[in-house]
Amino acid sequence: MTYLAKPKFHHPSLPKNEIGFTRRDYEASTSTLCAGCGHDSISASIIEACFELSIEPHRVAKISGIGCSSKTPDYFLGASHGFNSVHGRMPSVLTGANLANRELIYLGVSGDGDSASIGFGQFAHSVRRAVNMTYIVENNGVYGLTKGQFSATADRGSKSKKGALNSDSSIDLVAIALQLGATFVARSFSGDKGQLVPLIKAAIAHKGAAFIDVISPCIAFNNHAGSTKSLDYVREHNEAVNALDIMVGRDPITVNYAPGKVAAVTQHDGSVLNLRKLNDEYDPHDRLAAMNFLQRHAAQGQIVTGLLYVEADADDLHSNLDTVETPLNQLDTAALCPGASALDKINASLR
Amino acid sequence: MKATDIAAPDYFHKVVDCQWACPAHTPVPEYIRLIAAGRYSDAYMINWRSNVFPGILGRTCDRPCEPACRRVRVEDEPVAICRLKRVAADYKDDVTRRMPQPAAVKNGKRIALIGAGPASLTVARDLAPLGYTCVVYDGDKRAGGMMRSQIPKFRLPDSVIDEETGFVLNLGVEFRAGTRVESMAALLAEDYDIVVVGSGAPRGRDLDIPGRKEAAGNIHIGIDWLSSVSFDHIHGIGKRVIVLGGGNTAMDCCRSARRLGGEDVKVVVRSGFDEMKASPWEKEDAAREGIPIHNFLVPKEFKHDGGKLTGVLFEKVKAEFDAKGRRKLVPSGEPDVLFECDDVLVAVGQENAFPWIERDAGIAFDDHGMPVVDKVTFQSSNPKVFFAGDAAFGPKNIIWAVAHGHEVAVSIDKLLHGEDIAQRPLPAVTVVNQKMGIHEWSYKNEVVLDERYAVPHQDNATALSSIKAEVELGFDAKLALAEAGRCLNCDVETVFSAPLCIECDACVDVCPMDSITFTENGDEEDLRGRLRAPALNLAQDIYVADGLKTGRIMAKDEDVCLHCGLCAERCPTGAWDMNKFYLEVTHAGPACR
Repeated sequence: MTYLAKPKFHHPSLPKNEIGFTRRDYEASTSTLCAGCGHDSISASIIEACFELSIEPHRVAKISGIGCSSKTPDYFLGASHGFNSVHGRMPSVLTGANLANRELIYLGVSGDGDSASIGFGQFAHSVRRAVNMTYIVENNGVYGLTKGQFSATADRGSKSKKGALNSDSSIDLVAIALQLGATFVARSFSGDKGQLVPLIKAAIAHKGAAFIDVISPCIAFNNHAGSTKSLDYVREHNEAVNALDIMVGRDPITVNYAPGKVAAVTQHDGSVLNLRKLNDEYDPHDRLAAMNFLQRHAAQGQIVTGLLYVEADADDLHSNLDTVETPLNQLDTAALCPGASALDKINASLR
Repeated sequence: MKATDIAAPDYFHKVVDCQWACPAHTPVPEYIRLIAAGRYSDAYMINWRSNVFPGILGRTCDRPCEPACRRVRVEDEPVAICRLKRVAADYKDDVTRRMPQPAAVKNGKRIALIGAGPASLTVARDLAPLGYTCVVYDGDKRAGGMMRSQIPKFRLPDSVIDEETGFVLNLGVEFRAGTRVESMAALLAEDYDIVVVGSGAPRGRDLDIPGRKEAAGNIHIGIDWLSSVSFDHIHGIGKRVIVLGGGNTAMDCCRSARRLGGEDVKVVVRSGFDEMKASPWEKEDAAREGIPIHNFLVPKEFKHDGGKLTGVLFEKVKAEFDAKGRRKLVPSGEPDVLFECDDVLVAVGQENAFPWIERDAGIAFDDHGMPVVDKVTFQSSNPKVFFAGDAAFGPKNIIWAVAHGHEVAVSIDKLLHGEDIAQRPLPAVTVVNQKMGIHEWSYKNEVVLDERYAVPHQDNATALSSIKAEVELGFDAKLALAEAGRCLNCDVETVFSAPLCIECDACVDVCPMDSITFTENGDEEDLRGRLRAPALNLAQDIYVADGLKTGRIMAKDEDVCLHCGLCAERCPTGAWDMNKFYLEVTHAGPACR
């Protein structure tokens, strides 16, 4: 943690995006997390993604619960809307906000404690309802705020900093999201922005429930030998299935990866995901295969990262419920309360 | 790229751009920090060790440090380094007791120093405390050389020169005032072990155009005229004055003329305004005093009426550039311009003159009449004779003369101890951690966004009423503190230790200037293009460290690093550290042998 604010000076040739903002314009207050926290890298990736997508910050609503991860929305997109809700309740608040105004971009930020323990049910229901959101779990496998107890995502057999063995089975949020019908499921690593930034961009562009599980090592309490969520462990056991480019009606963004096979996926909003396959057998359009692949590699101790599943023409909660397109706060009283005759009409249609 | 050798003294020195650019390598950030702490005497003494004349240079330095200041690259305007130096001199306590004492025991070696200017006095300052007998000769009655004779009193009061030349002369230096050396051969015949020529470039260039001889009574050589003014030989000038030339001497001439009765004073320059040799701030000072500068006019003829100067005829020119980009001034074809005037001051350059050095004294001269002097040791072809300051390589400025003086002193000290003077000892360098607590550093690392503070000036009416009224009032303590706060502490270096790094990216994310990148290695050109912000300033090094677990390298572009220390504060393992770099140039003495 630092006590000094980041100086406003920036590199003299810092590039601007299409709407005239620099990356620094997407920053917010100084992080109060521990030095080296993976969550800060995720914040930096969100900043990078929103900058590259030329998103106007006021079009974003960032919603979180309680915990280290849920503090992070204070550290990025200072000019956007924010709601720091109750522990584990981020998904309901997000769903409500989304139903009231579908024009905003919804960014749910949560942690493994927030989503896999107290908010497990909330997580499940927001995903199965296909809320149009980018749901990011900053997953460090540990309760950092209370000094290092295992969280629900800590792997069985992994060791705490004090040397205790975890005897409980772990919850794999990616597997759950796949099972619950999320239409965009990815896993990444805070130490690999090259992979994470395009994934966040793609998730934001995706219409439907987009879920990204980001392994985010806790430097203070979960970065030791025996941990399966340490920087070294994740680097050694990372099995990336693909690398991603995303083009939103713009020139291709150059990536550093060696060329391989490329699969283009056009999403609802016209953006194109270019998947470079690193693993030849991997097909990100096959939910069942993705689940199998994930479990098989997990059994081998590998952490599968990349875009694991995407349904290009997914629907969201609004299309399922056939709701009105205009945000509720823009409707007048007559539209919001159409009166008894409208009710009569509906009742008649149900007879 | 190969990993950077941060143990080489030059590497971190270059990062401290101001100190690197200063010929005398004054530890600028260190003394600015001391000024901010109100420790003016300490700041003064640090200056004194390297540049010998803090009060004089704080008013007159050509400040090569300022264009180099990192602040220029992040905000346009450099820290007012020169004027902060003056603050240390203005507000110091009595530092007499902190000066070295005259040597208790003499070593029997005798050094003759010709000219009591900055070069000779610097040699004396370094050698006298070591036991050398230093004898300084000067034609004038008081020490200071061109600092006293050519710099107008409204820029540099006599009291400042007296004090600072006094510090040197009080080291047991013998000063033979009013004694002009007329013969090198005679001096060499005396029992001196070494002769140092620090006599400056005392001859002003003349302008041999029609009318020069006829109107000679009202045409003056600028530097001679300035010294006559300085020594109270001249008290007035005509109402209409033309100053020819575009250097700092020309600016001093026109401003002096304004104070001595010149009402219509103008500067006329061959070149364009931007190419003028005068420092920008000196041009500004002239403009503030209502002196116009006319450019692209070449003097063609002095007009006179029976020997009485009436004006100067100028040809209008324009700049043309050839294929190699060299500038040539060619006639513009427009009609000539006549400026009427009563007096002309010629300030078109200076040259060395050594009529008093016999050509058979064993000192070789080149085709331009300049002595052949070794650029490192400053030794002439006569091993006993050294040249320093403007006498060595032609007109430069005070700080260069001081830098030469230090080097000459090292040469002499080594030579008289039977050592090879070509072997130059390295400077003394210390690099020390600045961490005081988890979030505390011994330096102020919060970067302020303030723009440069202007130095208060005397109002024009008062300033122009006297040739001796000092124009610049200097910063007061409050302004000095604010300006000192703009210093980016470039001497507090970012030091990276690869074995400690866990590659968590915290430093990359927090760096406000995108200076840090972790990436695959490559050659320099390739790497410069691949950094987080492309490193386009080739004058600034890339700091490379290898040995990371992932096989990548850490590459830091030193160009616009603010030295805010956020990388070190964010680093969970202490792989980044802020170390204060202190370099002291080699001074003559046992340590350099």
